[in-house]
Amino acid sequence: MSELKGWREVPIAGVCWKLSTEFKTGDWRTFKPIIDQNKCIKCLICWVYCPDEAIKWDGEKVSVNYDFCKGCGICANECPVKAIEMVLE
Amino acid sequence: MSLKINLKEIALKKPLILSGHRLCAGCGASIIVRQVLSVLRGPTILVNATGCLEVATTIYPYTSWQLPWIHNAFENAAATASGIEAGIKAMIRKGRYKYDHVDVICFAGDGGTYDIGIQALSGAFERGHDFLYILYDNEAYMNTGIQRSGGTPLGAATTTSPAGTVIPGKTEHKKPIADIAVAHRIPYVATATPAHWADLMRKVRKGIEVNGPAFIHAFSPCPRGWRTPAGKSIEIAKLAVDTCFFPLWECENGVWKLTDRSLAVARNPKLKKPIEEYLKPQGRFRHLFKPENRHVIKELQERVDRIWEDLLKRCENI
Amino acid sequence: MMVKQKVMGLSGDEAVAWAVKQCDVDMVAAYPITPQTIIVERFSEFVANGEVETEFVACESEHSALSACVGAAAVGARTFTATAANGLALMWEIVYIASSLRLPIVMAIVNRALSGPICIHCDHGDSMGCRDASWIQLYCEDAQEVYDTVIQAFRIGEHPKVQLPVMVMLDGFVLSHTLQNVKILPDEVVKEFVGVRKPVEVEIPYLGGKVPLVLDPEKPLTFGPLDLYNYYYEHKMQQHEAMENAREVIETINEEYSKISGRKYGNGLIETYGLEDAEIATIVLGSTAGTVRSVVKQLRKNGIKAGVLRLRTFRPFPAKEIVEALKNVKVIGVLDRSGPFGGYGAPVFLETRAIFYDEDPRPVIVNYVYGLGGRDMHPGLVKQVYDDLQKILETGKIERHIKFIGVRE
Repeated sequence: MSELKGWREVPIAGVCWKLSTEFKTGDWRTFKPIIDQNKCIKCLICWVYCPDEAIKWDGEKVSVNYDFCKGCGICANECPVKAIEMVLE
Repeated sequence: MSLKINLKEIALKKPLILSGHRLCAGCGASIIVRQVLSVLRGPTILVNATGCLEVATTIYPYTSWQLPWIHNAFENAAATASGIEAGIKAMIRKGRYKYDHVDVICFAGDGGTYDIGIQALSGAFERGHDFLYILYDNEAYMNTGIQRSGGTPLGAATTTSPAGTVIPGKTEHKKPIADIAVAHRIPYVATATPAHWADLMRKVRKGIEVNGPAFIHAFSPCPRGWRTPAGKSIEIAKLAVDTCFFPLWECENGVWKLTDRSLAVARNPKLKKPIEEYLKPQGRFRHLFKPENRHVIKELQERVDRIWEDLLKRCENI
Repeated sequence: MMVKQKVMGLSGDEAVAWAVKQCDVDMVAAYPITPQTIIVERFSEFVANGEVETEFVACESEHSALSACVGAAAVGARTFTATAANGLALMWEIVYIASSLRLPIVMAIVNRALSGPICIHCDHGDSMGCRDASWIQLYCEDAQEVYDTVIQAFRIGEHPKVQLPVMVMLDGFVLSHTLQNVKILPDEVVKEFVGVRKPVEVEIPYLGGKVPLVLDPEKPLTFGPLDLYNYYYEHKMQQHEAMENAREVIETINEEYSKISGRKYGNGLIETYGLEDAEIATIVLGSTAGTVRSVVKQLRKNGIKAGVLRLRTFRPFPAKEIVEALKNVKVIGVLDRSGPFGGYGAPVFLETRAIFYDEDPRPVIVNYVYGLGGRDMHPGLVKQVYDDLQKILETGKIERHIKFIGVRE
């Protein structure tokens, strides 16, 4: 992590000054979801159920953001066409 | 005004709650919040009571929120929202505010709503402030270590209502918090689960648009506290609705309606599953399957059935 | 530039309501508790008659009232509330949160005894109880000062170097419910003096630089995060610094206000009488100062070199000013209207002794607890205190450091 700042350097009132995207929760997981793009019907059910905003839709393809995916497995469990498999990392 | 929900369009918008928060893998609350924030209509301010959501998304100096957000204390989300709404109203009246309107949304857990937060909630309802209160109910004080709350169901094992040899889990029923909201005669009350996402999103948008207090009771599965696998949170929510443990309804100005899956179950009673199917996958109910505790399951089934029958009688759209 | 002021017969509570009426407050959230009720009632009348554009929120408890003020202040509104005793005790949690969020809320505290037994009469135990909550604390002697101080409080709290909430104290019933002549400034003069609340700016990297410290959908700030052991201490240091900055700001505002009103309260921090050559003196807060001053005048006529220091600002504690003002006094009696209960003396006494510790020579400092639960501190009792101080001066003997005046054995 970065160096800790002194009281004269941080903003008053305790307001946050960094975004949580600096904290990569991807290292929490044991299993990682692999999307079979051939099976994927782009329904985005995985996207609507992901607790961590770790499923990405770019307009064409669905992908996993492995920096943040915690490997909960909800996407794999709910995919209507079983296009996602949880694989031991 | 019905909301057009196109996931492919919504998924392209910038997220308002960012990755990197420390909520558990599979946490129902984070799914609920993501779905709520995808259907906002304009400038919005969030108020968050102390709890899992608040703590895990704002570990100083990091924040996951891309919306103005305030955490005050545990029991006063509704009071804080009242102040925000009133302060903005006054500044608009004096011509000193840059927006014509700002939506105020509260997120609070069952901890900060059923018990310690009920006074502030009731007061805000009575005063008629224009805000939406979303209760993410994981049925215990999860953030402090799974202690029982007024929202914990009968028979559930928590650290302050453990499954002991003499007392098998919580001995009191779940407080009917949404009914209490309806009793205040506020314009809009609804129940929702993240599993039934289109229903939840439609209801959230309605709650935002309604003028006056709106209350949404959202079912929030907790893998950690309920002892369920992280990947089953959505499945558990579906079972809660299929067994009528957590029926999906809305009450708009006193008119009750069942919605989504619950409406389907009401129209086709064969779809209603026995409560055991909901209890079985959860570790917090495991002790109820011992022969000496089966009476609790029976009591729970009776309670669920009675509430369901009441709903069937009062809902106008079956 | 002095303006024409109207004289009105107002009680202390009404004086608060009038000051709030003129200060362009955006939101008032309050819950009634004797002896504060008249503030809220009078203000409700102003609202009902359309005399103010303030949003009045009749909260369901004091805790919610201060919580609502926090919410409103966080969006940039100017807010006010008032309470007493148990109401303050109920909102105690939020008192600390309000100052940690650096919100310049102004709150009138009508000093009343804390239950139990339940007692609605004057006592400083309530405001003394949260003296370390990082709120500025100002004690008023009469209704005129109450009116003037509430107005000044908005400027003090909102000052960019302060950004802290302010408590304005008035004695329950003694001031809150007695009619006095109060000079009221014209509306425009007060409005110009307080101005419009202008939030300070903070530097936030992820928002691209300096942004106003408010809840704004355009610049999404996160207020009230979770602190771990790595930052809580630093956040508290910032509050400490703000309290230190407040001393000068209180003095400056006191001076600025005197230019439009013709009234000032000492230097804003302390007000003295007869201390130029006093050998014995007391330190006192609130309305009792009036009684003490009249007794001192009488003693002076009889050749006793007595004086009195009225402590107007208790937080931040004006250490330098008190030591300077009392430097030639040989025996100091500190009057406390709240109990020690296990402490070595009551709050004002403890701080006074602490600030004189390094002085050489050190004066004798003794404590007189008085007036608990509204027990009257009449001139006879005040004279008793001064007689005691005189005796210590003459004999050099101190019976006890802490005495309880006015209680029946």
